[in-house]
Amino acid sequence: MVVTLMVICRKAFKMEAILTLRHFENMAKIILVTGMMVGYAYAIEFFIAWYSGNPYEQFVFINRAFGPYAWAYWIMVSCNVISPQIFWFKRFRTNLKVLFVMSIFVNIGMWFERFVIVATSLHRDFLPSSWDYYSPTFWDVLTLIGSFGLFFTMFCLFARFLPMVAMAEVKTVLPGADPHGDGPKAVIQGAD
Amino acid sequence: MGLPLPMVPQLPEGKAFGLLARFKDAPAIHAACEKVRDAGYTKWDSHTPFPVHGLDRAMGLKASRLPWIVLTTGLSGAAGGMLLQYWVAVHAYALVISGKPLFSWPAFVPVTFELGVLFGALGAVFGMFALNRLPMLFHPLFSANSFAAATDDGFFISIESWDPKYDETATAALLREAGAIEVEVVNNE
Repeated sequence: MVVTLMVICRKAFKMEAILTLRHFENMAKIILVTGMMVGYAYAIEFFIAWYSGNPYEQFVFINRAFGPYAWAYWIMVSCNVISPQIFWFKRFRTNLKVLFVMSIFVNIGMWFERFVIVATSLHRDFLPSSWDYYSPTFWDVLTLIGSFGLFFTMFCLFARFLPMVAMAEVKTVLPGADPHGDGPKAVIQGAD
Repeated sequence: MGLPLPMVPQLPEGKAFGLLARFKDAPAIHAACEKVRDAGYTKWDSHTPFPVHGLDRAMGLKASRLPWIVLTTGLSGAAGGMLLQYWVAVHAYALVISGKPLFSWPAFVPVTFELGVLFGALGAVFGMFALNRLPMLFHPLFSANSFAAATDDGFFISIESWDPKYDETATAALLREAGAIEVEVVNNE
């Protein structure tokens, strides 16, 4: 989500000098690492369920991958684990369009992870009489879109009223901040 | 309610708070702090717009107690989490699940970790506030002339008047020698 917002804000507010390609490359590496951590978690869940010998626990996870909501499960896996693998290649780590598209995929993948946890668990509840196939209604979808609107409203208010980049942190890493150096060099023409 | 909030600064007696000296940049204040430290002053502080590396050593500050506070609160949180789960799993709701032992500690690791992190973080935040006597709504330096630049591009050293070596002229001379651009006497409100 951060990459999504950062790519847009950097362009919109002309912060190319402060938010550099190096920041984005590091974030791509983080996406790759966390994607693989999440992939490990998915795999180990299956293993632990099988190893437990508990047929109910085994059913939960087999149902996630091969039951009625398998489509949601595999969207989750491909968006969270498989697609970040593109970031092994530096050419894609430093390409802002790829980064933006990938961040949207990861957002979709994380949404489906929560969907899998909630909907898949509820559709095979403890009481078999509760077993059913849930489809979202028109109002559910509207609520979801409304929550996006709420988030972006809050973000726009933040961008308008609060500092997006902490000046003190930028100053700390400038060469002029080195106490054993020469001090700050150029003064921008026209600055007070 | 008895809470010591908001905090008030420790102020010297009398009219004068002390001297405030402004320096040009980070190297200047670093050198000046070493001079003030070597001259034997103890009741003084430096104010910079961003953290300057090595300034706490240049000021001769002792190591902070905050890491110990964070360690204590973090370990307490982790221990508390483990204890909570132990009591719940072994005493309050002792359910045998798939023949697994009641105190199955690997399953207790996430909660233990999270509570350790939570209490450690709270300890860091509130410990830092407490050590710095925050929230402190007022300090005599706010009424000094150019002090507002401390959050922009001003680097300041303030030497308080209750320091045993404080003398208005001698201390001001030392600060000017150390490279101060301006020196000002600050009064208590």
